[in-house]
Amino acid sequence: MLSETILEMKDISKSFPGVKALDSVDFKLRKGEIHALMGENGAGKSTLIKVITGVYGKDAGLITLQGESIHFKAPEEAQNKGIGTVYQEIMLCPNLTVAENMFIGRSHSLVVNWKQMNEKAAQLLDSLGIPASPVQELTSCSLAVQQMIAIARAVDMDCKILILDEPTSSLDEDEVHKLFKLMRELKARGVGIIFITHFLEQVFEISDRITVLRNGKLVGEYETTSLSQIELISKMLGNVLEDITKIQKHEPIVSDTSIPVFEGIGLSSAAGVRPFNFVIQRGEVNGFAGLLGSGRSESARAIFAADKVTGGEVRMKGKSVKIKTPLHAIKQGIGYLPEDRKGDGIIDDLSVRDNIILTLQVMKGFFKPFSLKQAETFAEEYIKKLNIKTPTPDTPIKSLSGGNQQKVILARWLLTNPEFLILDEPTRGIDVGTKVEIQKLVIKLANNGMSLTFISSEIDEMIRTCSRLIVMKDREIVGELKGTELTETEVMNVIAQGGKNPCLN
Amino acid sequence: MPKLIKHFSHLVLPVSVMTLLIIINLIKGADYFRITMVNGAFYGNIPNILFGASELVILSIGMTLVTAASRGQDISIGVSATITSAVFVQYVLQAGEVTLLTIVVGFLLSCVIGLLLGAFNGTLVSVFKVQPMVASLILFTGGRSIAFMIDGKLSPILANDISNQIGTVIPGVPIQTPIILTVVFIALVAVLFKTTNLRLYVETVGINPNAARLNGINPKKIIFLTFLIMGICTAVAGFIAVNKAGRHDSVNLLKLIMMDAILAVAIGGNSLIGGKFSITGAIIGAYTIEMLNRTLLRLEIEPATIKVFKAVFIIILMVLSSPVVRVFMKKALDRFRSWRLSISQPKENALSTTNIAEKKEE
Repeated sequence: MLSETILEMKDISKSFPGVKALDSVDFKLRKGEIHALMGENGAGKSTLIKVITGVYGKDAGLITLQGESIHFKAPEEAQNKGIGTVYQEIMLCPNLTVAENMFIGRSHSLVVNWKQMNEKAAQLLDSLGIPASPVQELTSCSLAVQQMIAIARAVDMDCKILILDEPTSSLDEDEVHKLFKLMRELKARGVGIIFITHFLEQVFEISDRITVLRNGKLVGEYETTSLSQIELISKMLGNVLEDITKIQKHEPIVSDTSIPVFEGIGLSSAAGVRPFNFVIQRGEVNGFAGLLGSGRSESARAIFAADKVTGGEVRMKGKSVKIKTPLHAIKQGIGYLPEDRKGDGIIDDLSVRDNIILTLQVMKGFFKPFSLKQAETFAEEYIKKLNIKTPTPDTPIKSLSGGNQQKVILARWLLTNPEFLILDEPTRGIDVGTKVEIQKLVIKLANNGMSLTFISSEIDEMIRTCSRLIVMKDREIVGELKGTELTETEVMNVIAQGGKNPCLN
Repeated sequence: MPKLIKHFSHLVLPVSVMTLLIIINLIKGADYFRITMVNGAFYGNIPNILFGASELVILSIGMTLVTAASRGQDISIGVSATITSAVFVQYVLQAGEVTLLTIVVGFLLSCVIGLLLGAFNGTLVSVFKVQPMVASLILFTGGRSIAFMIDGKLSPILANDISNQIGTVIPGVPIQTPIILTVVFIALVAVLFKTTNLRLYVETVGINPNAARLNGINPKKIIFLTFLIMGICTAVAGFIAVNKAGRHDSVNLLKLIMMDAILAVAIGGNSLIGGKFSITGAIIGAYTIEMLNRTLLRLEIEPATIKVFKAVFIIILMVLSSPVVRVFMKKALDRFRSWRLSISQPKENALSTTNIAEKKEE
C-alpha cells in the first residue's frame, strides 16, 4: 500500500491554565491506515483530536493536510475539509429514520426529495455493508448498527480522515467485529482512520500503527506488529507495569461449617434473570463472568435489589433478612458500584465531597446531617486514601476524569464500611493505571475481611482478582470455576458449551 | 476572598439586577431610601417593597424546592393559597368572638388544607409521574371555584382587630407584621435546612433519580415532600394575603402569582429543570421583582403599559444571564486580560509560563 501522508502535525503544543496538555507532539496519518492513538486518561489524546477537528486552537506547531497548511477555527471547517468524527456516545436522533439521520442537516435546500434521499442512503449502506434499511427507525437498529450509521454519515462527504473516539465501548464482541469489518472496508478505500480505545486487544486486532502519548508528550510511533501488549502497556504507563504482575490473589479460608456472609436462594428480579443461588464467604472475591447481556449485571443488581425483586430468599450470616429495596441492602451492609457510572453512579453537579458522603449520610438518616467539618474530614481522608485527583473536595464531580469519578463512587461505598461489596464493571472506560489501582484495592479489601463480587468485561482482570468465577450465559448460570480451572480458555469453553451440560440444568 | 466569590457566584445576577434598580431609582429621586415614621411604624420605599413581596418570597421558597426535586413547576400555588385562606376566613367568621386563639387555630386549619392540596399535587407527580405543570393545572383550573364554594358568597369581609394587625402593624411594633412573618418563615426554613439533609436529598433526586435510589434515597418520597412543603408555603402566603386585603376575593387573590414565583426562581440563578438550587437566590429574586414593579410605578409609567416594560426588562435579564452570553463574556474577559498582560509585562508573562511547564515536569 502506498504510504502517502494525508495529515501531518508537527510540534503541536496546547496549554490550558496551569496545565500543558500537549507538549510539542508530532503525529502522522497515512492514506489507508488505521492508526491507534493510545495513552492514559489525561495523556492528551482528546486534546490532540480536538486540535485536529478545530474545537481547540493550537498554541504552537504546524498542521498540514495533504501538503496544505491548515488552521481550523471551527469544527465545521474541518468537516468541510473531509475530517469526520464519531464519538463514543451516538449523536443521532433515535426517532428519525436511518436515511434521515444520514442526511439531515446536510442539504441547504428547504425541500427534501425523500425518494432520492432514501435511494442514496440505500446505496451508501449497501456499499459499506451496513445491515440496515434506509426507511427503518434508528431505534430499531442495534447499537453497533447505529454506530455504523454514524460513521456512514461522517464518511459520506468525501471523507479523507475518520476519527473514531471509543466507538466500541458499548458494543459486544460480535458487534465490534461488524464495526471492524466496516473500518477495513473504509481503509481499503484509502480513508485514514484515527482510532481511540481503551481495549488493547482491539488495537492489536485492527490497527496498523500506534502512537502513544503520555502526560501530553509523544512517547513514540510504532508499527503494531513490532509491539507486544506488555510493551505497549509499559509505554503508556511508564513504570507501573510491574504492579500488575505483583497482584496476588487472596484465597479465603473456607470450611464446611463456616457461615456465608451472604446467601441468596432462588433470587430473581424484574430485569429478567432466571432464579439463581448465590453464596459468598467472608474475605472471598468472586465474580460473574459472561458476555455482555449474559445477565451478569442483572444478577448483581438482583442481589442489591436495584431492580424490582420478584422472588427469592436472602440470609446474611445465617439470619434470614428482607431485601426489597437498595436501602434494605445498604442497611444490611451490602454495597453496589453500578455498571453505568454516569446514569446510576455520580450526582454530576454535586461536589466530590457530597458524592463521597452521600450513602453514609443516607444510612445515618434524614434528620442527622453531618457537619461541614465532618464531611470535609471524610472526603479528605478518602481523597488521600484512593489518590483521587481533584482540585478541591468542593469541585463538582463532573469535571473529574472517568477514573477519578469511579474512585469517588468507590470511596462512597468504602466509607459505609460494607461487609459485602459488589463492583459492577469498576474498570470500564478508565485508564490502565487506575484499573490496576482498583484491582489492587479489591485484593487489599478482601485481605481485611470484606467479601467482594467483581464483574468485568475483561476476563483477565477477573482471573487476576477472583478466587471463584460464576459463568453466565443467556441470563442463567452455566458453570462455576475455581482454583486451577481459572483460565481464560476455560471460561470461554464454559460459555461456549454453556446450557448444554445436563448436570447444570 | 476568591473562594467567597466562587461560593456566591450564583447570586451575581439577582444582586446586580437589584443594584441596577436601586441606581435607576436614585437617579429618579435621591429620596429613595428615605424612611418615615407614621403612627409608630416605618414607611417608605424599602419597607413597602419588603411588605409587598411577602407572599411572593414565601411562595418562591416552595417553588424552588419543587423545581429542584421534580424538575417542573407548580402553577396552582396562587389558587391553592386562595383555597387555604378561604378555609381560614370561614373558620374565623364562624367563631363568635375572634381571639388570638381563633386566628391561630384557623391558620393551623388552613395549613392542614395546604398539606392536603400539596399531597394531591405531590401524589400525581411522584406516584403517577404526571408532569408537575400538568398535575397542578387541575387545581389551577378548578381551585378558584372551590374557594368560591367555601366562601358561599362573593368576598366575605374579615373585619376584626387581630386580622387588621396581622395585615398591617401591631401597635408598638415599628415593622409591618407581614415583613416580620416573612422573616420568621425564612428563619424556620433555614433551621429546616440546618437540621435535616433536605438540600442533599433534593439535589440528588433532582440531578440523578436513578443514582439516588441506588444510594437508598426514595425519589418519590422526596418529590412528595417538596410538594408538602409547598402546601405549607401556600397556606402561609394565603394567610398573609387575606389579612392584608381584609376580605377574601376568591377571584383575584394572588392571581397569577405563580408566574412571578417561577421568575423569582429563575432570577435567583436556579435551573428550571431541577438539580442544584439556591433559596437565597430565589428570595432575592422575589424582592427584585417587587422592586421592579414599584420602580416602574415610580417612573410614572402608565399603569396600563407597565406590563410591557416589565416584559422587556425580563427579556433583557434572561438574555444576559443565558449560557450563550455568559460564555461570550468570559471569552471577552479572558482576551482582555491576556491583552493587558502582554502589554504591561511581556517578559514576566513569558517567564511565568515556563515556570509552570517546569513545575509540571518535576
